[in-house]
Amino acid sequence: MKLRLALSGLLLSLLSVGADAALSIQITKGVDNPVPIAIVPFSWQGDGVLSEDIAQIVMNDLEQVGEFRALSRSNMLSMPSEQREVYYRDWRILAQDYLLIGKINRAPNSQLVQVQYEFFDINREMKLSGEILTGSVTQLRDIAHTISNVVFEQVTGIPGAFNSQILYIVGEGEGPDNTTFRLERSDYDGARAQVLLESREPIMSPSWSPDGRDVAYVSFETDLPRIYIQNIASGERRQITNYPNINSSPVFSPDGTKLAMVLSKDGSPDIYVQDLLNNQLMRVTSHPAIDTEPSWTPDGRSIVFMSDRTGQPQIYQMALGANDYDVERLTYDCFQCAKAKFLPDGVNLVHVRRETRQNPTYHIAILNIETLRVINLTDTSLDESPTLAPNGSMIMYATKFNGRGVLDAVSIDGRVKFRLPSTQGDVREPSWSPLLN
Amino acid sequence: MAMQSKQIIKTGMLVIALSALVACKSSSDVEEAAAPASSSSSSASSSAAPSAPALSQEEIRAQNALRQTVFYFDFDIAEFKAEDRNTLTYHARDLAANPNKRIRLEGHADERGTREYNLALGERRANGILNYLVVNGASRSQIEVVSYGEERPAQTGQNEQAYARNRRVEVVAR
Repeated sequence: MKLRLALSGLLLSLLSVGADAALSIQITKGVDNPVPIAIVPFSWQGDGVLSEDIAQIVMNDLEQVGEFRALSRSNMLSMPSEQREVYYRDWRILAQDYLLIGKINRAPNSQLVQVQYEFFDINREMKLSGEILTGSVTQLRDIAHTISNVVFEQVTGIPGAFNSQILYIVGEGEGPDNTTFRLERSDYDGARAQVLLESREPIMSPSWSPDGRDVAYVSFETDLPRIYIQNIASGERRQITNYPNINSSPVFSPDGTKLAMVLSKDGSPDIYVQDLLNNQLMRVTSHPAIDTEPSWTPDGRSIVFMSDRTGQPQIYQMALGANDYDVERLTYDCFQCAKAKFLPDGVNLVHVRRETRQNPTYHIAILNIETLRVINLTDTSLDESPTLAPNGSMIMYATKFNGRGVLDAVSIDGRVKFRLPSTQGDVREPSWSPLLN
Repeated sequence: MAMQSKQIIKTGMLVIALSALVACKSSSDVEEAAAPASSSSSSASSSAAPSAPALSQEEIRAQNALRQTVFYFDFDIAEFKAEDRNTLTYHARDLAANPNKRIRLEGHADERGTREYNLALGERRANGILNYLVVNGASRSQIEVVSYGEERPAQTGQNEQAYARNRRVEVVAR
């Protein structure tokens, strides 16, 4: 709670400096030319050793997304922890553009800690921002990510998403009858993973509610695929569907009041929308082919989906309440195009693409539906389940590495990639949270 | 009950038709069936059926067919292979003859392609077999279909051998 209060004050102070900071700073043009930044280890005035190294977490955050290169600690000429100890010349000699320093104290008469950070522009010799954030020792990682957000936004003009989280599925164990399935949640970088559900039967298709409080997913725990919604904090869950045959692919509408899904109760898989307030079910597509993988357009008025009605998976769009013949086909130039979702601009479509029949490789790509230009973002061969960071800067997806499922992320322009640290088992189906407070 | 006896008659007719078919088949097929047939002729004394020897052969064929519970599919193909047709006919007949029997058809896909499409493909494969079983005498209510998509591979690995083993429908007794 305290952290949240401190944060809102911080965002306000950001707005005041945001305008002129944005003018002087160009977003770097790639990993060839990352922004040099010095992140000095934060001093700690309390007893014992802190469980988290805030400066290291900030460094990992910033380097991971590719826009920054952090100065090695062993090359630092001084290690200031507050403004009066900062000599700009020390950092100019080292060709640094930015400097982040800070110190951590135990809050008076409490178990909480206070983290004071200050962020400087070396060339202009000015402090860009600074704040004291208060939280428990277990929140040090959150505080570090919050500082990363401030730095990232100051330099790039784009809000940071370092406080965001991901959901994903882990399958562990060999053989069809010997696998344990887990739905897990972690920080965006894989840290602090928590099990939300564990089952001997498959779990699939996790996706966040827009407020970040609930997750919808498919569980086979009754021996049949059924859709559930689970509150992330309390663990409380309810079964949403029990229709015959396939119940799959739940996706919340942008306003959170509806759930798009796939049901094959009427013969073949079709797209439906269930109203979560009155449980009314509306059928969107009715075609004897497979229609699946629904996603919402940013305005919440249409559904994008995959259909193999022409023989192979292609991507289509249909307005809610439209007639079957009012379906619009969005992809033509791929052998298979699937699992599509629009970026917030409503023009660029992230999808999984297999170019030709001859070459069975699947990549994450973006199609601009106005210019029809396609950008391939990945070069591994079994890439799927793309999910967008809440600030729109990166796409996380599942791929295979050494025969195991892993999660990779790529920047939206394809220049930067990172891989999440490997955990046990086969990891897949990432779903990136909305911005969380 | 009437329904049931009708099915038995139907089954009986099918058996006769099939044994006629067997007789016309290649000699190697007949040889295979011939050896076990002689051993089962002793037990035929307990049976009142006049066509006992032929039926026993047929029983053995049926038993062998029912032992095959996994059916494999070609890449991107939802129709079962032509060579499995006879075997599936025996499964259909077995269900028709045993109305209390319940099975589950579990459809699977290999890992290529998106997960949710594979879930749908697994169902399409299982439905192909379901329809064939029903057309050949099984009752719809005896059969449950579930697709696991690519979630329960029989064999892990990114190679054609694993993929071929994973594109399958399994018949599971309930």
